[in-house]
Amino acid sequence: MDVYDKLKILSAAAKYDVACTSSGVDRSGSASGGSIGNAAACGICHTFSGDGRCVSLLKILYSNSCIYNCAYCVNRATNDVPRATFTPREIADLTINFYKRNYIEGLFLSSAVVKNPDYTCERLIETLRILREEYGFTGYIHAKAIPGADDLLLTRLGQLADRMSVNIELPSQESLNRLAPDKSKTAILRPMGLITERIKENCTDLVKYKHAPKFAPAGQSTQMIVGATPETDYTILNLTSALYKKYGLKRVFFSAYVPVADNPLLPAVTTRPPLLREHRLYQADWLLRFYGFTADELLDEQHQSFNPLIDPKCNWALNHPEIFPVEINSASKELLLRVPGIGVNSAMRILRARRAGHLDYAALKKIGVVLKRAQYFIVCDGKLTEGLKITPDNALNALISDNCRKTFLSEGAQQLSLFDTQITREDTVKCLTGQM
Amino acid sequence: MFDRADVVYVYDGSFQGLMCCIFECFVRKETPAAVVCEADYQPTLNTLVSIPTDTVKSKRVENGILRKTSAAAMQFVRDGYYTCAPDKDLLILKFVQLGMERGAKVMSMLGDDTVSALTKAVMNRSREAHNYLGFARFSIYGEVMVSVIEPKNFVLPIIGPHFCDRYRNESFMIYDKTHSAALIYRPYEWEIIHIDSYTEPETQDDEAAYRSMWKMFYETIAIAERENPKCRMNHMPKRFWSRLPEMDEAVSALKGNQEPPHSLESPHR
Repeated sequence: MDVYDKLKILSAAAKYDVACTSSGVDRSGSASGGSIGNAAACGICHTFSGDGRCVSLLKILYSNSCIYNCAYCVNRATNDVPRATFTPREIADLTINFYKRNYIEGLFLSSAVVKNPDYTCERLIETLRILREEYGFTGYIHAKAIPGADDLLLTRLGQLADRMSVNIELPSQESLNRLAPDKSKTAILRPMGLITERIKENCTDLVKYKHAPKFAPAGQSTQMIVGATPETDYTILNLTSALYKKYGLKRVFFSAYVPVADNPLLPAVTTRPPLLREHRLYQADWLLRFYGFTADELLDEQHQSFNPLIDPKCNWALNHPEIFPVEINSASKELLLRVPGIGVNSAMRILRARRAGHLDYAALKKIGVVLKRAQYFIVCDGKLTEGLKITPDNALNALISDNCRKTFLSEGAQQLSLFDTQITREDTVKCLTGQM
Repeated sequence: MFDRADVVYVYDGSFQGLMCCIFECFVRKETPAAVVCEADYQPTLNTLVSIPTDTVKSKRVENGILRKTSAAAMQFVRDGYYTCAPDKDLLILKFVQLGMERGAKVMSMLGDDTVSALTKAVMNRSREAHNYLGFARFSIYGEVMVSVIEPKNFVLPIIGPHFCDRYRNESFMIYDKTHSAALIYRPYEWEIIHIDSYTEPETQDDEAAYRSMWKMFYETIAIAERENPKCRMNHMPKRFWSRLPEMDEAVSALKGNQEPPHSLESPHR
């Protein structure tokens, strides 16, 4: 089997892994002494696939010959699919050649468990070693920690990679028991804890010794499948928030479950992936990381699922009328960030522009605030937008995105009208002649 | 302080030339109706004022900007000069007028028409430059690597350092077709030169093999159940496609299509 065929099998097998960012580490190539490659903290997207997702890394499996049999996974042992295994050198050569043509930002290397976790981990290490030490590659590498591999092997892997991840996959122990009998919550959380610990140690080492080997400088991430099991948004969001706090993760990714197996324990193969739910979870994730929200502000025991019509921030705003309206010319950054239509960038710009003078609505528009949504929640010098009537209904209407409007409100709905019936010619004439 | 005047400043298109236009507007205490580069000048009813480029004057203006405003504002002016905003020359002139009056604070006046328009132009350029960090594709011909780009803004000064650092042991050229310029790198120095045209050489076997592997990877990585052409188009507008090997088929499909592509698949927003 040549590299072309292997690539075809092993990229198809890796496509359900969503973590494809190249962000989190800034590294000048010349300063780091390698011979090719650098890394930008903001991350660089090299292309966008047909599903609209960013492609930044060469995302492949080392092998898809798995000894495990997890029900939700395409690579499960009992599934009848073509199998392939790269050699470490093939991966390294492919990476360098794609990298030189600027197709990719680096390598995302994962693997099914071949023979046993230690063996698999050793092969991943060998691949990364060739890239880093023989080819002097200083570009981005994301490596999957193989649960169950020895601590020393995982540590070595982390010293060669920029980012490491362990996938939680299913958001609860019960679901794991049912669908991934070979995995357990502890088997997943253990390597995660180890990586967190190593990153922390590494931070203190780097203070003490300038040349201490870096351990996963771009941090750690994980991924959860949404919609394969009955967990609610509330459970998932709380778990996410706990992972950020307890394990200091850089990112938690969500992956809408795409049915790949016909199994009575799983949603039917005809089920559409819950893309809107995934989207709402990402919005909430953003609110946790950049907007100062906590998980329990967004959902609680009584409200276990996100509102499908509007995003979690708008939902929060509509439920907290006591906070609003916010005075643009004096509100704190934290408060500005709570206003629908004001994002992190426009909040920063408002703060900056405020130093140079008073802001009015025209200025806000130029700054980039989405007034269509924000106007219901703000005042400039105590004044509302001229002619604006605030009712919960029209606020809600303004907050619904065009996409949601199409999806949920199109059937039988029509343009809102002041008159219930069609205006006739006679009505118009009456109006003009003053009879009405 | 400045009167609106019905005159058009015409200069040679260089940065120094633009600085001299600014010098002139301070001498004449006026804001011209337009500032245009010789090559783009079309006679109008306004009186033409031809501005000669004088390095002494341009240096004085630069020093003035640095003294009265800030280094950040000076950089902003340079960045503005490299944008593709059609009225960038006049915007820069007005920005400097405002800066001389208000000082360093001018950089924060985001609600002002001039500042906000120039900020948008500069942001548009940075965004395009960032796109090209990912969308520039290199082909390898023996010992050299070549990339052809067609940016709207002049982005070579921004993307240059990134690629020179990334491929520090290689020799390469990035050819900017729109601006007839090329960045030439040999370890370890680079320069941007004027270049009129460039014909791509025949590709070699290796090159073709990696391109086809890349195309196949691109096709394979997409999840069919999640297909979302609109989202792809928002992130990767069509004007980039012609230089991306993975979009070859999509581009030829578009060309074969009789209907204008815009009505079919224009981005939603």
